[in-house]
This record gives sequence, structure tokens and C-alpha cells, in this order.
Amino acid sequence: MESQPMYLPEDVILKVENLDVKFYTYAGVVHAVSNVSFYVKEGETVALVGETGCGKSVTTRAVTRLIESPGRIEGGSALFRRRSGKVVDLLKIGDEELREIRGNEIAYVFQDPTSSLDPLYTIGYHIHETIVAHKSKISKKQTFKQAVSLLKQVLIPSPEIRVKNYPHELSGGMRQRSVIAIGLSNNPRLFIADEPTTNLDVTVQAQILDLLKSLQENYKMGLILITHNLGIVAEVANRVYVMYAGKIVEEGYLEQIFYNPSHPYTKLLLRAVPDPTKKIEKLESIHGTVPSLINPPPGCRFQPRCPFAMEKCLIKEPPLIEVENQHRSACWLLERT
Amino acid sequence: MSSNEILKVLDLKKHFRVRGSLTKKVKAVDGVTFSIEVGETLGVVGESGCGKTTLGRLVLRLIEPTSGRIIFDNKDVTKAKGRDLREYWRNAQMVFQDPHTSLDPRMTIASILLEPIRYYNLKVGDEEEFLVKQMELVGLGREHLYRYPHELSGGQKQRVAILRAIITKPKFVVLDEPTSSLDVSVQAQILELLKDLQRKFNLAYMFISHDISVVKYMSRRMAVMYLGKIVELGASDDVFEKPYHPYSKFLLAAVPIPDPKIARSKTKVLIKGEPPSPINPPAGCRFHPRCPYAIEICRKQEPPLLEIENKHYAACWLYHKK
Amino acid sequence: METIFRLLRSIIWSYAKLREKISPGWIQKNSSRIKEWELMAYAYSRSLIGVIGGVIVLAVFILAVIGPLLAWEPYWEYKIVYDESLRYRGPCLPPSCTGYPLLGTDEWGRDIIAMSLYGFRISFVISIVVVLLGAPLGIILGLIAGYKGGVVDEIIMRITDIFLAFPGLVLAIAFASVLPQRIRGFLEVNNIARAFFSGLFGLRQEEYGQLAALLSIWIAMVIVWWPGYARIVRGSVLSVREMPFVEAAKLSGLSTWSILFKHILPNVLSPVLVMMTFDIATATLFAASLSFLGLGPQEPVPELGFMISKAGGYFPERSSHVVIYLGFILLMMALGWNLLGDALRDILDPRTRRAIEYRLEKEKKK
Repeated sequence: MESQPMYLPEDVILKVENLDVKFYTYAGVVHAVSNVSFYVKEGETVALVGETGCGKSVTTRAVTRLIESPGRIEGGSALFRRRSGKVVDLLKIGDEELREIRGNEIAYVFQDPTSSLDPLYTIGYHIHETIVAHKSKISKKQTFKQAVSLLKQVLIPSPEIRVKNYPHELSGGMRQRSVIAIGLSNNPRLFIADEPTTNLDVTVQAQILDLLKSLQENYKMGLILITHNLGIVAEVANRVYVMYAGKIVEEGYLEQIFYNPSHPYTKLLLRAVPDPTKKIEKLESIHGTVPSLINPPPGCRFQPRCPFAMEKCLIKEPPLIEVENQHRSACWLLERT
Repeated sequence: MSSNEILKVLDLKKHFRVRGSLTKKVKAVDGVTFSIEVGETLGVVGESGCGKTTLGRLVLRLIEPTSGRIIFDNKDVTKAKGRDLREYWRNAQMVFQDPHTSLDPRMTIASILLEPIRYYNLKVGDEEEFLVKQMELVGLGREHLYRYPHELSGGQKQRVAILRAIITKPKFVVLDEPTSSLDVSVQAQILELLKDLQRKFNLAYMFISHDISVVKYMSRRMAVMYLGKIVELGASDDVFEKPYHPYSKFLLAAVPIPDPKIARSKTKVLIKGEPPSPINPPAGCRFHPRCPYAIEICRKQEPPLLEIENKHYAACWLYHKK
Repeated sequence: METIFRLLRSIIWSYAKLREKISPGWIQKNSSRIKEWELMAYAYSRSLIGVIGGVIVLAVFILAVIGPLLAWEPYWEYKIVYDESLRYRGPCLPPSCTGYPLLGTDEWGRDIIAMSLYGFRISFVISIVVVLLGAPLGIILGLIAGYKGGVVDEIIMRITDIFLAFPGLVLAIAFASVLPQRIRGFLEVNNIARAFFSGLFGLRQEEYGQLAALLSIWIAMVIVWWPGYARIVRGSVLSVREMPFVEAAKLSGLSTWSILFKHILPNVLSPVLVMMTFDIATATLFAASLSFLGLGPQEPVPELGFMISKAGGYFPERSSHVVIYLGFILLMMALGWNLLGDALRDILDPRTRRAIEYRLEKEKKK
């Protein structure tokens, strides 16, 4: 581990390996994220998909150490290529350097735009603050100009007026655009969007997704999209990681996941969502509920709900097994000896 | 009124007064007409603020309508009071969006389910045996009967809420976003359960949701609402495949499709802006300020809901033949 | 802590077994409810301040019940009348009157500690009853105002505002100076009421003049006490009223009153319960301050506030220990309820409940 930890392939921005996050609650230790590895390339959109409590948000928060007590990052590494080309491990660097990276090279957009904006300050001030936090010598006039151009980029009409607006004067979609603009203010290399459209209407959701896609192309940044909506994944992602109960159960390119799913959970999940363009006789339901992560089931974590579970699934946790190029799945059914 | 119709709503309106203003009114529902047949599902879709939730409550008289008529089972229930209203409610029930708040946290499942039985004086014989049998209908067992709601999972709670709605053997149930607070895999279970119960008891549903994919899967007919009005109404397949109203076109194009090839190949038509507030909505067609096809008449006169094809209605001047 | 939990649990279970005997199957049907009670007992037993508060309140309660029986000197006998050595000395200090009671006597030669035992009963009864009468009045008005809304709400809440805006102490003073004569007349003719109230306060029936003063404090306090409850209940009702389960109850055929009492009231009760506990503490002090100001009973009734006021006349040389002792009693009475209220707030809070639940399960496994 120690011998060559700082190596990253040319085009990879972020490489997370064996990430382990636990929450020490009254009830016991919650194994929120166990042994999760993934990477993001430049200009690529990676989707983390899963249901409530599968650990998708915790994973990305852990990458920039945004985990609060009682949560703790127990192990793993998160190698990040900085703008300067230097490769650092986000889980090991000092707080000072981490602060330089957060909001500057890595930007976040959360589900609820209302709570990520301070109601006491204007949109312009929010952008000003983000820029000043990372660049000391810059005048208010300059940041203000920058704010207007950023708001223009996220397609907010009449940005010169909007920049002076307080959050409550904007609609939900407008607020989410502003949050995205704040995120963009320092040309981030990695953009993490955590359920960015969940609280928005369909038409606004389509606008925001379209915006994210075009921004990513312009800025050449890596985009991590966290969502539970497979429709959104199909629309914007390049590669997909499917998470279940704190683990990645399947990973691969978009088409591989959608047209050749190999993990039973992915298969069932895809058939549980109604596709309005197709005639569906019956939706597939997955019996039971998501297991408690305090005492996760032995062996494979999906085994209690899996219609194909075998004896081995109860005993041993399946590793990620290669299905095809870049497509791996954690299921014993794929094991061929 | 054809004998097959269980519910008929005529020009239903609900205007809320804005607090602290004499002239401002929220026209939450503004002249809605539709009917639902025995055993069928009518889906109602629309974005937040379009009045779909208000409509559901209006139909059930949980909110008093400003004007219009509600006819249920050939009886006018618009002004029903006391016994008549209770009789209406026994036959028309509702399942709410969030099962965490629709079940009283201080009551056990059994006492929640016994409420309608006791207050409607239903003859059920032994209460416990009856409840156990009913619980089986929604896939729950005797062991859940004496628990509190917080001891059940979200999906289980919604099953209880569904059972409470159908325990009086109603003919019609309003489903107000019944799965939007549930996870995808649980959503599928609940949708299948609802379909199953509909077949068993010949229930008519009014399925209200913002999730168009789910509505299309669940309902035979579908109504699209915009700012308190139905702008399009027709068989779900027709509306989805061939929407007439410009708003429906935008709305349906925005639905994310869980199939990469279709999702990427479909032509992107993005609507500008966001729905305006229903306080003093624009004159004429309510959609005209955002509509790229708006013509002169759209600004002045409100378009009526017209049958354009067989049982496919749209409220748009573009299809109005002189 | 563990013993307290065991004790409470055995109380819960013996109650459950009793119900089981009356109607078989009760335990099975109410297993979740018993679990809930056990959880509350557990949460309570783990809260140090709650346990301390409970012990204090229990001690005060016991003293209040048996105090007047325990008191070794009747309060209506002035010892100086027949004991000359006590005369012209004023209250006696402990060191100087060796052979006399621990904390000395008051200016009439009565044992301070014995007198304070009477005082316990009076303070306790007043505080409890004020809250028990004031709270339901406020709760009912708040329920109606919140649920009905509109004009009804407007009228009830404006009346509440008037009462809230009026300084409580001033209003109580006004009542306390007008009411006693009337109540006195009433007690003079009504034997049953006289016997009941004198028994309640642990006083002699002859003291109906003083009883009238006590009752007028009491009524005055109830009148200024309810508006707080009306307001807090109305606020909670406004939020609970919007909950879908209320609409569901309507659809289940319940009448307005059934909805109010079966669904809304139980769901707004926890903040009220907490407020009541805190209020008992406040009421204790409020009643004592009224009689300290001379608006309560007079001689010979040993009301705590009145006793402090009398001791004030000899302050500090001859009576500082009396003031400290009586003040300490009042402090303890108020503190007990306050601590209990604090613990209750935690126990009834659904957010902390979940954590407690897990801990209990974990301990059960051990």
C-alpha cells in the first residue's frame, strides 16, 4: 500500500479504493459503506445509483471528509489529481490543503437548494464568498462581474438583477441553478451532484440535467451524479455504479448495466421501474426490505431478498467478478470454475 | 350520465382567499370536468402547484368546493351533509402520500383499522379474526396487528393505509401520490398490490402523481393538469404517444426514460421557465406566456376542452376548427 | 438506576397481569403498548436529573400527605400563652434556646419544623390544583380555537391575549382582595364544602376565614393560569390538524369531537404535560409570593410564604435560619418538578426515543 500510493493514470481525476465508513451509534456500529472502490475520469459522468440508505451519499461525502460524528472513515484511500497535477490522498492530507480543494477543485450540489443557501445573503454574495475563500487578492467588483457571467452560464434570465436577489426571491429551479453557479465559481475539476433534481418538477429537472451535461462538456470536469432515478441515469451517465446496502454490487458502462445487467439486484431494479415507452404487464417487485446495516446479513448482503440465492451466498461475500470489459458484478452466480 | 360512471365532476372550482388581501385569489382548481367509470383508473398528472392534490381532496369533500358539482353513483354529493356525507365517505376513500403521517402515531394498527368499522357500524363478526383476514389481503399478518406504526417499514405502513381505505368496501379510492415517498423496489410492490385489489373489488381509482411513468403504468386514462385546469385528457397510451396540448408535449418529453437508447435518441424539447403562481393566473389560455405556438386568441380567450380524436380531449386553440 | 427500572417494570407488568385477568388476551393485544411503557420507564431510569427530581417530588408528596398528621405541635396553639420563658423573646435562635426544637420557634413559640409540615400540604395542594384546573380549561379552549379556526379562533384567542397581556400578579392581587369575603360567607353556611376544603389543606374547620383567603388565591391563580395552555395547545393543534391522519379519520366517519379527543388531543399532549410539570413549580412559588405579600391566609395558618414574611420582621439577626430553611423547602419543591419536567421532555421527545429504544434492546441482549 505504502510503496506506490500516489500513482494515478493520466486521465483519472479521482480514484477511491476500499473506502470504509462506519457510524458509531447508540444502537451499534452501522456499516454504512464497506469496501467501496470507484474512479472518475476527466469529462466523464459517473452515476452512483441505489435506494435510500445504500450509502451513495455517504460515499461521496467521505471523499472530501464531510462525514460528521458519529461517522468515521475507517479505511481506504481517495487519490485526487489536483489542478497543479499533484496527486494527493484526500483522506490523509491536512485540513488546510483539504479546505483549498473543497469548493475550489471539488464542488458539491445537494438535494435541497434551499438549505444550501444562506437566506441572509444575496446570490452574488454567495459566489463572492466562494471565490474569495480561495483567492485572496480579488476585488468585490471583479467577483460581482464573475457572478453575473456565471449566472448567465447556468441560464438564469436577467442575471444582472438576479445577482442581487435573496434566495427566497427565487423559485426552486432558479435556486438550484444558483447553487450550481456557486459550485462552478472556481472552475472545479470534479463536480458532485447529490440528488440534484429530486425536489424539482419534471420539466425543471430536464432543464437542470441538460444544464449539467452542457456545463460538463464546457468545463471538462468529472461529474459524479448520485441518484435513485434510473431514468436520469439513462439520460446522462457514462458509467454506472449500482450500490446496495453499503456495497457496490455492479459496475460498468451505461449500456452494459442497462442491457446486460448481471447482478440479480440490478436486474430486478430495472424491471421494477415502469418504462412509459413500453407495454409492461407486471412490474417486478423485490420482496422484503433493505437490511439493517448494523447487523448486515451474512455472506452476500442481497441474499435474503434474492430469488437466486444459493448456499454459498449465505456464507461468503462475493467479490466483484468480471463479466465483460470494465463490467463487474458481485454475485456468486457469475463464478465459473 | 351513463350507468357505468361511478363519479362525475362538473365544472369544479376551488378558489382560496390569499391571507391579508381582499382581491387576490389562488385559483387552485378552476373549472374541472371529468368522470370515472366503475373499476377504471384515471391518472392525474401535473407539476407542483397545478392543483392535482387539491382536486383529489375536493372530490372527496375534504375541502369545500367554491362551485361546481360532484355526482357519485348517480347522487349529487356536492352539498351532502351529516349522514349523506358519511355514506359518501364510506364508498369513496383515500390513500395519502406519506404513510408516516397518515397513520396516527399513537394508535396500534388494529385500532387504526377498527375505526372505520366501528364508526360505520360494519357487521364483521369477530373483530380480530376479521382484521387478520383483511391483513392477508395486503400481505400483512397477525403479528403486525398490535404494533404501532413506527414499528413498521414505509412499505408496510402504506399497506396498512391502503387497507384502511378499502376496509369499508368502497367503490372509489383517491390515491394521492401513494408511492412517492417509497423506494423504487417497494414502489413496485405497492403498485402491484393496488392493481391486484382493483381487480378483486372492482375499484375505481383516481391516481394522482407527479411521476408520469407510474401514472401511465397504472391508469387507463390520464388527465394532464396545468394551473388548476385539465389541459389534456384521454387514454394513457394516446396521451403519452401523441400529446396534443403544447404543455403536455413538453411535460412528457421531460420524463426520463430508463432506457439509454431511447433516452438519448429522443428529441430534446425543453420548456422555458417554471410554472407561474396560481395567484391571479394569466388571462386567456394559462399556458400562453410560455407557449411557443401561442396565437392572438390564446391571449384573450380561454380554450375549452375539445374532443380532438376519439375520446382524446385537449384545451388548445390550435386544434379548434371553425 | 437499574433498581428503579426494575421497580417501574414490575409495576407495569403487575398492571398488565391485572388487565390480563380481567380480559384474557390483553397482554398480547397490547404488547406494543407495554413495550412503549417499558421504554419510557427505561428512559426515565437512565436520566439522572429525572430520578433526582422524581425522588424530591415523591418526598414532597409524602410529606404533604402525612405532614399535618406528623406535625407534633398543633399550629393553633400559641405556646407563649402558657410558657412564660418564651415570652418577649421573639423567634428563638437554635444555640440560645437549647433544649428547644432544632430550628427554634417562631414568635409565638411554635416549632418551625412542625409548622413547615403544615406548610407542605398547603403549597402542594395549591400548586397541583391550580395546574390541574387551569390546564384543562386552557387545553379545551386551545383545542376548539385551533380546530375550528375562523371567528371562533379569533374570539378565543383575543380573550386569551387580554388575559396574557394583563399582569398575572396584579390580577391575582385584585381577585385576592375582593374574593375572600364572598367565599367566607359561602363557607360559613356550607358545612360540606368547609369540611372538604379544610381536610384538603390539613387545617381546622374553624379556620374558614383563612380557608377563604387560600381559596381566593387559588381561584385567582386558575384565572391567570389557563391562557398559556390555550396558546400552546392551539399552536400544536394547528400543525396536527393538517396531518393526513386527521383527514383519514374524517373519512373513517369520525365526528369532529371524536377527532378532537381521539386524534388531536393525544398528539398535542406531550408538550402540555411537560409544561404542566414546570408550571407546578411556578405555581408553588407564585402562591407563596402572594401570601408573602399578605394576600393569603393570616394567623394562625402556617403557610410557607406567610411564615417567611413574618420571619422577615426579625431579619437577619434572629431569623436568617428560618428564612433559609423555608426558602430551601420552596426551592426543593420547585426544583423537583423542574427536574422532572426536564426529564419528561426528553422521554416524550420522539427524536431521543429512538436512541433509547436501541440501548434498551442492546441491554436486554446482554
